[in-house]
Parts: sequence; C-alpha cells; structure tokens
Amino acid sequence: MFESLTDRFDTVFTRLRGRGRLTEADVDEALREIRLALLQADVNLKVVRDFVARVRDALVGIDLSTSLTPGQQVVKVVHDELRQILGGETLKVTYASRPPTVILLAGLQGAGKTTTAGKLAAWFKKREGRNPLLVGADLQRPAAVEQLKVLGAQAGVPVFSEQSDPVTVAKKGLAEAIRLGRDVLIVDTAGRLSIDAELMDEVRRVSETVEPHYTFLVIDAMTGQDAVATAEAFHRTLELDGVILTKIDGDARGGAALSVKEVVGRPIVFASTGEKQDEFELFHPDRMADRILGMGDVLTLIEKAEAHVDAAGAEEAMARMQEGRFSLEDFLDQMQQVKKMGSLSGLVGMMPGLPKELRNAEIDDNALGPIEAIIRSMTPQERRDPSIINGSRRLRIAKGSGTTTTDVNALLDRFKQMQVYMRQMAGMSGLGGRVARSAVRRNNKKAAKKSKKRGR
Amino acid sequence: MLTLIIVLIVVAVVLLSTATFLVTGRRRGRRLEAPPGRPPAPPVTRPTQPPRPTEAGPRAPPQPEIAEPAVAEPAVTEPAVAEPEVAEPEAAELEVLEGEPEVLERPRFRDRLGKARNLFSGYLTSVRGREKIDATTWDELEEALILADVGVDATAKMLDDLRSRVRKEGLTTPDALVDALKGDMVSLLEGDRELHLQSGVTNVWLFVGVNGVGKTTTIGKLGQRARRDGHSVVMAAGDTFRAAAADQLAMWAERVDAEVVRGNEGGDPGAVIFDAVQHAAAKKADLVLADTAGRLHTKVNLMEELKKVRRVAGREPGHVSEVLLVIDATTGQNGLVQAKQFADAVEVTGVVLTKLDGTAKGGIALAIASELGIPIKLVGLGEGAEDLVDFDAVEFVDALIDAD
Ligand SMILES: Nc1nc2c(ncn2[C@@H]2O[C@H](COP(=O)(O)OP(=O)(O)OP(=O)(O)O)[C@@H](O)[C@H]2O)c(=O)[nH]1
Ligand SMILES: [Mg+2]
Repeated sequence: MFESLTDRFDTVFTRLRGRGRLTEADVDEALREIRLALLQADVNLKVVRDFVARVRDALVGIDLSTSLTPGQQVVKVVHDELRQILGGETLKVTYASRPPTVILLAGLQGAGKTTTAGKLAAWFKKREGRNPLLVGADLQRPAAVEQLKVLGAQAGVPVFSEQSDPVTVAKKGLAEAIRLGRDVLIVDTAGRLSIDAELMDEVRRVSETVEPHYTFLVIDAMTGQDAVATAEAFHRTLELDGVILTKIDGDARGGAALSVKEVVGRPIVFASTGEKQDEFELFHPDRMADRILGMGDVLTLIEKAEAHVDAAGAEEAMARMQEGRFSLEDFLDQMQQVKKMGSLSGLVGMMPGLPKELRNAEIDDNALGPIEAIIRSMTPQERRDPSIINGSRRLRIAKGSGTTTTDVNALLDRFKQMQVYMRQMAGMSGLGGRVARSAVRRNNKKAAKKSKKRGR
Repeated sequence: MLTLIIVLIVVAVVLLSTATFLVTGRRRGRRLEAPPGRPPAPPVTRPTQPPRPTEAGPRAPPQPEIAEPAVAEPAVTEPAVAEPEVAEPEAAELEVLEGEPEVLERPRFRDRLGKARNLFSGYLTSVRGREKIDATTWDELEEALILADVGVDATAKMLDDLRSRVRKEGLTTPDALVDALKGDMVSLLEGDRELHLQSGVTNVWLFVGVNGVGKTTTIGKLGQRARRDGHSVVMAAGDTFRAAAADQLAMWAERVDAEVVRGNEGGDPGAVIFDAVQHAAAKKADLVLADTAGRLHTKVNLMEELKKVRRVAGREPGHVSEVLLVIDATTGQNGLVQAKQFADAVEVTGVVLTKLDGTAKGGIALAIASELGIPIKLVGLGEGAEDLVDFDAVEFVDALIDAD
C-alpha cells in the first residue's frame, strides 16, 4: 500500500545523504518534495502542513552548516517525525473481567464494516480462542443482516439480529451473549455519514446501550482528504479506540491512515488485506513506519518464516548457495516454503533492500504456476544441471508444462543470472551487505525485546 | 534466521523476475493459460449455446420471488434470530414512492449539499472578498482544490492554465479569478452525459467498480427511474461472490418493481448476465441493469473476469450500451488509477459519482473527466431510491470550490 511513498522518500533521502553540504535551498527543496509525496498519497493537507512545519522547526535547532553529515541529520528528523505520526503500539486486547468484551464497529457507507465484522469474529475465534457473537445492527442496507449471517456461518460464529431498531437489536444482542456465555460481542452497525445528525445520534445510543470496550472506526484505505472530517466526527460522537483500515491490498497510497492517526490520536489496530475471511491482520504501526521509510519489515518476515519455513532445509540451501551449487531442485523446494508464507507481493513488501522495480512488481500468485510447472517438467538430472538442456529437451519441457520454449529459456536465464546474486547475498555476512545487515541488526534487538516479553 | 531471510529473498527475487517476464509474455498474447478466477472457479460457460433452462434465473412475474435467499442458513445455532424479513420496511417505502410519482421531485445538488456546504465556506468566500490577486490568493485556490481531492497534478495544471488566462485576459480581482477557474472547470467536465438506449436490442448497462462504492444501490435507484420512464427492467445479479449480494439486489428489484435474475453463489457471473439478457429478450424488456462484484483494479484475474463478463453481455441479442464506473466521492487519488484500469479493461462510458451527500467533494471525478475524458453521468445523493440525479457540471463545481 505505502510503496509509492516509500519510493518517493527513498529518492529524497538518497539525494540528501549524498550532499556534503546543505544550503537552505536544498532543505526547502527536500521539504517541498516531501510535502508533495504526502499530498499525492492522500495525506490530509492540514496534516501535511503541520508535519512540514514540525520538521522545519526541528531543523532550525540544528546547525546544518557545521554538521559533517547534514543530509543524514535531515533524514533523521524526517524519520522521527514520521514515526511520531505513524507509530504506536500494536493492539493487545484486554478482555473484560465480566464478559462479554464488547466491540462496536462504525463508519461510512461502503467502508467494509460487515466484512470486517465477520473477519474480526474469525480472528477472535481462531487466533484468540474466544467465542464471539455477532450482532447485526445494520437494518438499513438491504440484505446486510443476510450478509452477516453468511459471514458468521463461514467463521462458525452465531449471529443475532431482528427487525426492530438498531438500539434494541444491540441491547438484545448483549443479553443474548450473556445468556449464551459468549465472551466477545461484535456489533456491526449501518454505514452513516458523519453529518447525518440523526444517524450519528442513533449510533451514539447504540454505544450507550452496549457500552463497548472497544470502538473501532472502519476506514477505506482509498479515502482521500475527507478521512479527517469523518474520523473527527466519529471520534467526537463515539470516542474511538482505534481504526481498522480496509482494502489495503489495492494500490492506494494509504495517506488516510496517517491523517486519521494524527487527528484523532488513535492507532490503526487491524488491516484488511483481501476479501477472504483470513485476510485480516493486527496492524503494527511501528513496523509500518519502517516500511514507509524503506527499511522493510523484517520482523514480520521473520515471524512468518518461523511459523512456516523448515529452518534446517534453509540452512542447507544457504550452504549450497555459498558454494554455487544451488540447483533448480533446491529452488523448487524453497519456492514451496515461500508459498506457505503468503502472497509473494505481500512478502516482497517486507523485504529490505530490494530494487524498486521488484518491490513494486504487481505479481499475481497464480503467475507462479507456470514456473513451478516448468521445473516439474524437468528430469532430476536437468534440475541439477540445467546446462544439459538442449533444443529437444527444451521442447519437451515446454510441452510438459504447457508453456513455450521462450518461457523455459526465460526461467533458465533468470536462474543463471541469479546465481551470481545468490553468492553475493549468501556471502553477505562476510562481505557486508549494507541494507540487510543493518536491518537484521535492528531486528535482533527487537527480537530480543520481544522474546523477553514472550517469556513473561 | 538470517539464513532463512536470505534464502527467501533470493528465491523471491528469482520468482518475481521470472514471473514478471512470463506475465508480460502472456499479455502479449502468448498461449499460457489465464490464471483461474476466484474459487470456486466456475466452468467457462459458452453463451453461444442455447439459453440454459432458467432454473437459477428469473421468477415468474409479476412478483420476483425473494423469500428464499440462495444462501444456506448458517449451520451454527442461531440464538433467537428472527428471520430477516425482507419485504416489510421496503414495502412501506415503496408505497410512498410509487403513490404519486409525478409529485416527487428529484433532489438537487443544492438541497442535498447544504449540510456539507458550510464546512467549506470561508474558503473561497474569503478569497473573493479580497482586493487583489496575490500569492495568498493562489495558495488558497490550491488548497481548496487539494482539499476537494482534485489532486496535486490536476490542481497544478488547472492553476497554470488559470495563470496564463489571468495574463491574457488581464484579470485583476480575485472574484473574477474564481469565476474564471470555475468556468475552466466546467469546460473540463464537458462530455456526453446521455445514458444510451438503443432500440431493437436488449440494452445492457454494466456497473463496475471497486468494493463498496455503491454499484448495487445505484442499480436500484436507476431501476426506479427507468421504471417510471416506462421501461421494463431486468436486474442481473452478476455479483456471485460477495455474501448475500444477490439478496441485496433482489430486495431492490422488489422495491422498484423490476425483475431480477440470479445465479448460484460462487457461480459464473457471465452466465447470470447472459441468462438475464435472454430473459429480458423473451419478455421484451429493453433494459438489463447488470451488477458485478466489487473488485480492486489491481487484481489481474478479476479484471480478466470482468472483460469476459462484458463480452458475454454483448452477445446477441444483448448490446452493452453503457459501462458505468461507480466512484465513491470519498475516494482520493486512487480513483484516477481505478478509472484508468477499468477503462482499459472494459471501455467505461461514464462515471457515477456516489455519496456526494457527505462531506467529501468528489474532486477526483474532475481529474477522471479531464485526464481520461470519461464523462460523469450520474450523481448519488443518498441511500433512497430517489437519491440519484443527473450530473450537472455547474452545480458540481459550485459545490466543489465555492460556498456561495
Ligand atoms: N450516503 C450515501 N450512501 C450511499 C450512496 N450510494 C450507495 N450508498 C451506500 O453505500 C453502501 C454500499 O453500497 P452498495 O451499493 O452495496 O455498494 P457496492 O458497490 O454494490 O458494494 P459491493 O457489491 O460490496 O462491492 C450501502 O450502505 C449504500 O446504501 C450515496 O449516494 N450516498
Ligand atoms: Mg454490490
């Protein structure tokens, strides 16, 4: 989502770092570009203005002319400010001592509340081992309750609703949760405009009735300048605890997320990454800040790797890379591991130090099918030593995999080129690959902190 | 762990670079199979075959039957859930709406926008009040446009044009400046706003867009209008993916007294729309309003699916006379990207700008109209059946930058 912002900052930062000396004009130029980048990413104009002013203020205190690394200092100031806007702790749900823990979802029409309600229910059930009850208090949109029921069934979570009015439904839903001993209550409400006084009053009454422990505003990642007005209005009415950002699997630049965080001071707690029920994750504001700043998100990557990847296999693969013996056979194995970790474009976004073109490549995971098919159509011997693949073998492989010989060639070429890169990467610990190394260092620190927390 | 990550990165890099190549190769028309659509992937229907028995399709008129949602009831125990009762509240509304159609006035921009208006007032009102045009004037214009989601680039371009106009025409007062800007914007918005209906064919208006923008609702509203204008309308529940999407459309159909043709959840959307066209033709209905599932323009498969839907909808006797891209007024700069991608995929003929009754200004539609030449045809101003109006450039621009 934030890729283009990452790219823009990347350019500005690289230029700044490259300067031995910075004039005021250089700084102005950089700030102008940052302003532009943020505006194009849909960050609210007023938020951008404040942001730039703060950076400028912070820079006043630094005598750039005497600094040895002025560019680096500007970069640091921008980093700090951005982290300030974006950062924050990851949500850790505190469950009510007297269940159920009540969660209220609100937002504009079409933001994705109902889908999110279903996803939250699945999340509480599968990830947290809870027993949620969904309440359909959207009696406005045709078939909203039907939709919720289908989603509830998918998640294996019961749904309560009736044709009365939202406040009554919420009230009875709460009673129902208590009666059935459900420990989490998720209330879906109708979409409403922040200027619709009557409906805003209605949602306030719903809130007063169920006294939610968490009130989340659901916001579409594609939202423009209006995100601020909306978030402020909902916050005034409901006192939000956090924001759920939906549809981040598109190519929106997600500036709304920054704006909302800044104006209501509440973090993004979950992000919805697709239409399927499990495409929904806790949001880690700090990690996202790092991603925007072009530092990858190694922490999440490592978590995923730990959960899905066979470590011993990877060690062996690594050893073979170093020796230049990494074969297509190994590649196929590792590819299976990568696939287990989720969508490729998702993973790539977390990797530090990748070239821009690759980072931004829009690759559908289905596009990996042909690659796998090609390798599978090779004999083990061919996989170990592709140099024996001649014209007739090539034709056989293409036929067997339903591709063309050009495709087969493409794969073989890439793989060959990559062997050089592999040796470089594999030798990195010795040679000092800048990005990944520092990323890993940072990350070890965090990981250490984390394992302490875990050991609690 | 370092090992893991490195191996991962290497593998990812090889995969990416190869996949990029293969994908581009395929687009160039190579014969790699297109990746399958959303599961469960329906078998490709061959609309050239005679129409299938319409088991899943239209109900016997006059009442489209919606008592039986196509959706299985949740298997889980449903504590005290009253069956969702579809007809009741709508029926009431329906009576009101259909009581005396002529008396009803369609809402106008102005009436509806009133609420949001004052949020903006002061912006250009204060600009207009000034004596001379100076740097602040320009800043404020820029601000107004950006806050309305027109976008940095489109704004810069408009203001550049305005600057040369100021020089050429010797404009001196901010008042004249704002008027000139509004004039420029109105002319950027020019285009063919007609909703086309061809006689002698079964017209299909296809509704496309990202998730949640208001496609289904717009179909309901347009159905209402078309019914009143004396058309027989068939609605095609081409969203076979989202839970209860067909139920939602069926409820609209009942509300506005149109027929609905629906398929199975997870089925082939092209087949549903094809069936709807066949049914409309048999019934001599001249208009099929075809819903589609919301999809992000970045999903290659789903955009391919949409192309296929469009092709199928145009098979005899169907004729796709409008492809309407629905854009939510709250959308920011991504709206332009959406419009580009949808236009490339299915030749969009017009934009429906929804949710203009809120605080968002919908400025991205200006960028879409001016950069891509896609006219805005309709505007959504609420959730009711009557809350749809023809686009009016002057009123839109007024609401966008002025507070009058
Ligand atoms: N205020 C307002 N709400 C609208 C307008 N148009 C649609 N809506 C609401 O927006 C929400 C989403 O509308 P839908 O018609 O379901 O959108 P869709 O594009 O069909 O959504 P998907 O099929 O899920 O992709 C519903 O709650 C509608 O009532 C409008 O012009 N103004
Ligand atoms: Mg829909």
